[in-house]
Amino acid sequence: MDKERIGVFLCHCGTNIAHTVDIEKVKKYAESLPGVVFVKDYKYMCSDPGQRLIKESINENGLTKVVIAACTPRLHESTFRETLREAGLNPYTLEIANIREHCSWVHDKREIATEKAEDIIRMAAMKAGLLEPLEEREIEAVKEVLIIGGGIAGISTALVLANSGLKTYIVEKEPSIGGKMAQLDKTFPTLDCSACILTPLMVDVDRNPLIEILSYSEVENVEGYIGNFKVKVRRKSKYVREDLCTSCGLCWEKCPSKKIANEFDLGLNTRTAIYIPFPQAVPAIPVIDTENCRYFQGLKEGKERCKICKKECPVEAVDYTMEESFIELDVGAIVVATGYEIFDASQKPQYGYDKYEDVIIGLEFERLISASGPTEGEIIRPSNGKIPMSVTILNCIGSKESDGNQWCCRYGCMASLKHALQIKEKYPEAEVNICFTDIRAFGKGYEELYRRCRKTGINFIKGLPSEIYETYGDEKHLYFTVFDGLLNEVIRVDTELLVLQVNMVSPKETRELVKKLGLCTSEDGFFQEAHAKLRPIETPTPGVFLAGTCQGPKDIVDVVCHAKGAGGDVLKLLQKGTIKIEPISAEVNEELCSGCGMCEPVCPYGAIVMEVKEDEKRVAKVIQAKCVGCGTCAATCPSDAIIAHNFTTEQIIAQIRAAVSP
Amino acid sequence: MELENEGEFEPRIVAFLCNWCSYAGSDIAGLQRMKYPPTVRIIRVMCSGRVEPSFILEALKDGADGVLVGGCHIGDCHYISGNKKCVARIVLTKELLKQLGINPERLRLEWISSSESGKFVKIVEDFTKDLKQMGQNPLKTLER
Repeated sequence: MDKERIGVFLCHCGTNIAHTVDIEKVKKYAESLPGVVFVKDYKYMCSDPGQRLIKESINENGLTKVVIAACTPRLHESTFRETLREAGLNPYTLEIANIREHCSWVHDKREIATEKAEDIIRMAAMKAGLLEPLEEREIEAVKEVLIIGGGIAGISTALVLANSGLKTYIVEKEPSIGGKMAQLDKTFPTLDCSACILTPLMVDVDRNPLIEILSYSEVENVEGYIGNFKVKVRRKSKYVREDLCTSCGLCWEKCPSKKIANEFDLGLNTRTAIYIPFPQAVPAIPVIDTENCRYFQGLKEGKERCKICKKECPVEAVDYTMEESFIELDVGAIVVATGYEIFDASQKPQYGYDKYEDVIIGLEFERLISASGPTEGEIIRPSNGKIPMSVTILNCIGSKESDGNQWCCRYGCMASLKHALQIKEKYPEAEVNICFTDIRAFGKGYEELYRRCRKTGINFIKGLPSEIYETYGDEKHLYFTVFDGLLNEVIRVDTELLVLQVNMVSPKETRELVKKLGLCTSEDGFFQEAHAKLRPIETPTPGVFLAGTCQGPKDIVDVVCHAKGAGGDVLKLLQKGTIKIEPISAEVNEELCSGCGMCEPVCPYGAIVMEVKEDEKRVAKVIQAKCVGCGTCAATCPSDAIIAHNFTTEQIIAQIRAAVSP
Repeated sequence: MELENEGEFEPRIVAFLCNWCSYAGSDIAGLQRMKYPPTVRIIRVMCSGRVEPSFILEALKDGADGVLVGGCHIGDCHYISGNKKCVARIVLTKELLKQLGINPERLRLEWISSSESGKFVKIVEDFTKDLKQMGQNPLKTLER
């Protein structure tokens, strides 16, 4: 270790670290550490002058190892590795001492934080002395991409990728792509029609020769690693052959089971048992809902009933014997675009969603006001089918709670303004109230929309009611009392229709995908990005990216930005056809290996194989392309023959000793 | 160190935290400016499956009062099943500690996800309190 020349760079992080850690004291301490020949502090080590300072110091002082005491390695480790590379040092001779997240931010007392910072730096310096230069591995990458979810996010990413020449698969669990945006009538702040934006994009996706839509399908299993994923996709049976069907529509016109609640219209309308979810569906291939199909239900009693769709189909595309199938895809990257679910309003019984017919949610309002919806654009009271003379919108349902759903839905305020304007435009005589907690008009053109609404006679009530009631009698309607923070008094509001603007929540599939893809979620249940600002699209799993609301609530504008960004991130990764991956992997010291084979079964990736050498010695071998560097094999080896690079036994033991004894 | 007064000493915990869940969770605790006792020294490993029993013994031998191993929840392991191997090793290491006359409670295995910053803080608080009750690592006084 005498030969090593360690440099320690202390970052103030503005005042984030310097506020609670005595930099001067720590500096003096670091200078006393064995092997440390140079210590320097700076306000912002990650800034350009900070990085320049590191590079110059490395060269001027002939440093061989570098400790940077700053924020968590999960933030800037890769940045600083590049700094070392530019200074001519191996990027893996760097160790980060996390004195921000693990020290200055979690302790108030300066003395305590300073002492702990010294400990953390000592631990890092002891490890740094034992670091070895590592070479990055370059692997071949498949230039094809899987997108999970075919909503506006998945569509936007797919078009970026395919238009850049990458083969792209969209796996969509529903029979059609389009997602929630297809259910919307208009989009804020411009109030242009949702379908006019979305449906041409859906057609573009369908027509693009490089995009393959796998609708009515789900990801079953994912294996492999960045650049080389093997994905097994379960294709549910549509009972209609996609290669034959011409989408003529005869089958769903003739189907006699007509009274099934239409999911697309949230049950406000009906559909047939063989159906496409909405007229602009892509692909427009119908599927049979076997739970409601007379033929399939008849089979349970051993009878062959109906079969009208099969008889009517002019191209013999209906196939009752079709079974679900599995296909395997080889892709280099995966984009998760699984979107959100709407908060279940019945979880807030005080608003009466389950109790009163005239309480609806925002998405139901969208279907009612849509010209292609169940009422062809008429807003009606579900209780009597009449046009309401007063409508009240409640914001923030299932949002911004002190415990529970703490997050803001980021679309509700604007959707309420949009809905209010739509009512005013269509029924100028109607009274419209919006109960809000505060109006968040944060996007481009949003405040302008709010101001426009303010001039239209919409009543803004600052406050949410605690309970909704209904009057008795024939002409019944809803009413509630609410403390209006603007009037500073309790008022009573009578209304014929109540619209709940509900939050976005993470969909059920998230948990399964967490397991299949090795991802994690944040406290709100949405997927966790690698870093909110530096890597907002990447995930902890290399090669897996996020697009849209699966990462957290967003409006359409933000979803499209995020999704196109995902396209850019994937392109950056795959365009060259080869990927450099971190050399943090395992390696077998054949001299020490006894050939016992204990490591082979513990590897979760099958990256270890047992080999017989020419001298008939049995040794373990690590397949580098498959190894992800978890180090489980190294912990298992009874002969200490496996080196877990960057986390070697010697390095960890040195850290332990430094952690305990000053 | 100010160790003379039995029961009121500041325990030293060596924590092995996996990069993806527990270390991330401890980072988030910082991000949220949560406060916890300054007793823990964190060593980052890629996976809890990397933690060898010898690391734990080394820490205790060197005088750590407690050892915390933090991994992803079962089923959520970033490396599929490394945490399951970790469980097996921790169970055996606890047996070994018993045989060596060391209270196995000095070794703690916890699943801390990247969003469970509060859980991380609570664990450090509780472990610190428990170790204060257990007293110093007997190996430390043995050396004297």
